[in-house]
Amino acid sequence: MTTNDAVDEKRRDFLYIATGAVAAVGAGLACWPLIDQMNPDATVKALASIEVDLSPVELGQSITVVWRGKPVFVRHRTEEDIKAAEAVDVATLRDPQSDKDRVQKPEWLVMVGICTHLGCIPKGQKVGDDRGDYNGWFCPCHGSHYDTAGRIRKGPAPLNLVVPPYEFLTDEKIKIG
Amino acid sequence: MSGHASFEPTNKIVKWFEDRLPVLGLAHASFVAFPTPRNLNYWWTFGGILFFFLLVQIITGIILAMHYVPHEALAFDSTEHILRDVNYGWLLRYLHSNGASMFFLAVYIHIFRGLYYGSFKGPREILWIIGVVIYVLMMAAGFLGYVLPWGQMSFWAATVITNLFSAFPIVGEPIVQWLWGGFSVGQPTLNRFFSFHYLVPLLLYVFVILHVWALHVVGNNNPTGVSVKKDQDTLPFHPYYTIKDSYAIVAFLLIYFWFVFFNPNQLGHPDNYIPADALVTPPHIVPEWYFLPFYAILRAVPDKLGGVLLMFGALAVLAVLPWLDRSKARSLTYRPLMKGFFWIFAVDAVLLGWLGSQPAEGIFVTLSRLATAYYFAHFLIILPLVSKFEVPRPRPASIMDAVLEKSGDADEAKS
Ligand code: HEM
Ligand code: FES
Repeated sequence: MTTNDAVDEKRRDFLYIATGAVAAVGAGLACWPLIDQMNPDATVKALASIEVDLSPVELGQSITVVWRGKPVFVRHRTEEDIKAAEAVDVATLRDPQSDKDRVQKPEWLVMVGICTHLGCIPKGQKVGDDRGDYNGWFCPCHGSHYDTAGRIRKGPAPLNLVVPPYEFLTDEKIKIG
Repeated sequence: MSGHASFEPTNKIVKWFEDRLPVLGLAHASFVAFPTPRNLNYWWTFGGILFFFLLVQIITGIILAMHYVPHEALAFDSTEHILRDVNYGWLLRYLHSNGASMFFLAVYIHIFRGLYYGSFKGPREILWIIGVVIYVLMMAAGFLGYVLPWGQMSFWAATVITNLFSAFPIVGEPIVQWLWGGFSVGQPTLNRFFSFHYLVPLLLYVFVILHVWALHVVGNNNPTGVSVKKDQDTLPFHPYYTIKDSYAIVAFLLIYFWFVFFNPNQLGHPDNYIPADALVTPPHIVPEWYFLPFYAILRAVPDKLGGVLLMFGALAVLAVLPWLDRSKARSLTYRPLMKGFFWIFAVDAVLLGWLGSQPAEGIFVTLSRLATAYYFAHFLIILPLVSKFEVPRPRPASIMDAVLEKSGDADEAKS
């Protein structure tokens, strides 16, 4: 048996750091399932798209449907609503977007009815609701005003109401999602 | 700090045990012999009151969890079931809901005590910072618990508060969906909030132990702010402060029971007796009273991220307090100028609370902005400047001197 007292310091450091690195990566990987289990699960993601029949919605009327647990606003816009929305100078907006980019057919405005500030549901769907300074929607939680194209005009919300993915199946029927 | 009796068991079995695990000695040193300044006033009893309420919350909470069902279809009904059907369920639920309010009332008094007497200053910085951690954990527990009955306020509080995280660019949205376990607040959210609501008070318990440990390393501050110098400055914790604390707890219980037995819903919001509805936001959302000042700060800022950052900043600034106040004197009793500013700050904090309960419109917004600006100015401008330039009044040489001076015996003591 031979003994070797000379220690190769570099080799030791390398082994030390390499072992530590593997352990750190392994611990990190082991944490991932513990974290990811909280993300939306398969049943939540599977929530299918919905179809909405627009024929009963009169001019000037709004309806609210539920998609993925969220309210979706559908408004049958009047001529004045559309004109007001188109007349705005896009450059002056907080979240610049033209009315054209927010609708597929100008008379139908479809958006997720959740205030982009902290998630309340703005008023303006029902007759007699406060529609805010721009005659669209008004969020009472912290005072955000949206215009007739659902764009943020005043108050703390940073973004326009979100337009969900949707398509017209027929002239009077849409599919959201 | 020595000088008071130490633990010497006479019983053989106790001694045998003590030689192997000296836990009784630790308890004796911490809560019997512990040398405590002899001049503590009633503001010092709130630590004990807080500990009492932590126990109340944990005990009533564990019992409520035996009857509560964390499911979106059953949560509201199971809470009603506790109130109406479970034996003494009404008592347990009202003890728990009002207990949370009393816990916060006590912690606010406890914190303002620390601000007034300079208890956050060296050598108690770590003690203070652990206190801030405790406060933040308390807020988490209060928020999570408020969601559980699944009324309208529960649901919308959960929505608004989780959405705070969406203010952060890029990571915001994924974080919020991760918190929700969905695309909106729903069943997964309720279920995990229940799990966390059970966890946080146990974490609190751990931090309270650290808090008391840190306290027992550096010792209590006292109304003069003068450090303990000799044995005569202190008294053993038992019986002097066990009795004083018990008396204060009983007095505080009177307020608690006034709410529990006569006005159990006074501090809550009537809308929380309406079951959660994901499609209707109540016209006027308000958090529980103890969050109102921070809610006012959040709403004062016309920018989403700005509001969120300022709100968290209002808490964070407390943690760095020991380094903002440069004065050599701890107690404001000897700092007349700073004492004035302390009271203005106290009024400002209450004003913010009131503004948080008002709608976010017109004059309320303007006032919220002014009060928010003052809140930060107090910590970041007034405190550093005043503490730098104000010359404190002469302080007593020792705690004993201060005590005797009050009773008119100062000369005798000196001789
Ligand atoms: C669950 C919450 C809490 C419990 C159970 C608790 C418990 C205690 C106890 C038993 C004491 C000793 C008695 C006394 O001086 O009143 C104490 C002292 C102290 N606490 Fe707390 N505390 C809590 C929260 C806080 C918070 C939120 C802060 C500050 C942000 C804080 C800051 C302090 C300081 C600085 C001391 C030393 C005070 C002194 O001796 O002057 N505590 N705490
Ligand atoms: S959530 Fe709509 S303004 Fe805050």
